[in-house]
Amino acid sequence: MKSRTRERWAPWLLLLVTLLIWQTLCSVFAVSEFIFPSPLRIAQQTIEYRDVIAGHAWRTFWVTMAGFGIAIVVGVLLGFLIGSSRLAYAAVYPLMTAFNALPKAAFVPILVVWFGIGIGPGILTAFLISFFPIMVNIATGLATLEPELEDVLRVLGATRRDVLFKIGLPRSMPYFYGSLKIAITLAFVGTTVAEMTASNEGIGYLLISAGSAMQMGLAFSGLVVVGAMAMLMYELFNAIEKRTTGWAHRGSQSQ
Amino acid sequence: MSDQAAPFLDFQKVWLAYNDELLAQQKFAVEDISLQVQRGEFIAIVGPSGCGKSTFMKLTTGLKKPSKGSIHVDGKPVNGPLKISGMAFQSPSLLPWRTTLDNVLLPLEIVEPHRSRFKARRAEYEARAMDLLKTVGLAGYEKQFPWQLSGGMQQRASICRALIHEPQMLLLDEPFGALDAFTKEELWCILRDLWSAQRFNVVLVTHDLRESVFLADTVYVMSKSPGRFLVKREIDLPRPRDLELTYTPAFGDIVHELRGHIGAIRKT
Repeated sequence: MKSRTRERWAPWLLLLVTLLIWQTLCSVFAVSEFIFPSPLRIAQQTIEYRDVIAGHAWRTFWVTMAGFGIAIVVGVLLGFLIGSSRLAYAAVYPLMTAFNALPKAAFVPILVVWFGIGIGPGILTAFLISFFPIMVNIATGLATLEPELEDVLRVLGATRRDVLFKIGLPRSMPYFYGSLKIAITLAFVGTTVAEMTASNEGIGYLLISAGSAMQMGLAFSGLVVVGAMAMLMYELFNAIEKRTTGWAHRGSQSQ
Repeated sequence: MSDQAAPFLDFQKVWLAYNDELLAQQKFAVEDISLQVQRGEFIAIVGPSGCGKSTFMKLTTGLKKPSKGSIHVDGKPVNGPLKISGMAFQSPSLLPWRTTLDNVLLPLEIVEPHRSRFKARRAEYEARAMDLLKTVGLAGYEKQFPWQLSGGMQQRASICRALIHEPQMLLLDEPFGALDAFTKEELWCILRDLWSAQRFNVVLVTHDLRESVFLADTVYVMSKSPGRFLVKREIDLPRPRDLELTYTPAFGDIVHELRGHIGAIRKT
């Protein structure tokens, strides 16, 4: 029990210690706030500009969620396709890997040409960067089905669809939730990157404009806010994963 | 079981190559298999590993079609999955997200006529599954998840799953291979009792000779690849058989005789 509580508080303690050291270093060496603002200064600016930051944060949040939503739909469908057909797997997988290796930031200028400045590039960049892990995980979950399990159903005259719905899908759920945790953090990266050049709103835009106005405290606030949002969503999906697919994490439940 | 009755399972000179390429090279997984099994007969197939025992299972269930020869089950040619058989393997392969009860019910959600009335008759089916679980000693574990059960208990649940739809044929592919000796003997008796009560056909693939002699009416010895049936040995030990029987000289003699056949295969 005691080690449980300690585990729960450990990240907060580490954060606190980091902030203390950061603050101390900034104060002792009198680092200019235009170079590297202290935590206090960042907090100050966050409070001062809270309305502005909240507006930009909301924009980034919903743009990310829109892109992430599309990523879930496309990722699941593609994963479904390549996970349930060997031919599709062979055909699609290499191309997808090549696509995934491209830096998504490089797409932003192209997306601007197609969709103009605004939410389009943000949503699409978030989507492009985050659908891949979802697709791969669903495909893996489906493709690694034990042949015995399939035989048990097939001797009963089960169709491929039966096997997919009774075994394949439930079995790939832990993979799916696992991938959501990775994908949501990536989606925030995508949106922020796109907003830096292709938007007049959002945290990415805030970072660029604060930077060019030498408001380093504000820029850091933006970073903190994106980090916090990504972490919150990560924890949300983590909680959903634990709740819905507890059977896959049985080691930690200690019966 | 009378002699005029057509055999329940009838293999006529069955050959199987896994694909066309292997067929062209004349490389067969099983060769020239012929056997006739009476309704309600318990047969065991023994042989060294990799001898095509599992291939034989796939042929019997209709999961694979023979390259040559013909297979009839219950007088009808086999052209696809039969739907009258249940299977269990060495790994219990239960679904970890379903309770033991729901795992046992799974076949009823697939196979007709149960499938279309599953929702309406769920209570009835659950009662049936509970009864079955009780006969194998799993009463009280219905709501547990498979990973909360021991290996032997999982295997019992797996056998229940193979029997819930009252198949005419039970196919067991080394079902007790991964269990310790005592659990194994306990499950032999459970299988013996289930079979005595319901008299379905059993095809048991195993490499435990004592297991095959204790349980089966007829034991077939298979040769190493390509798989062929070398020896057919009727086990005329009286039933009901008790575990004590396995320590009698008569039992030992049969096991020894079969062991001799396996030894002969290995040398060639």
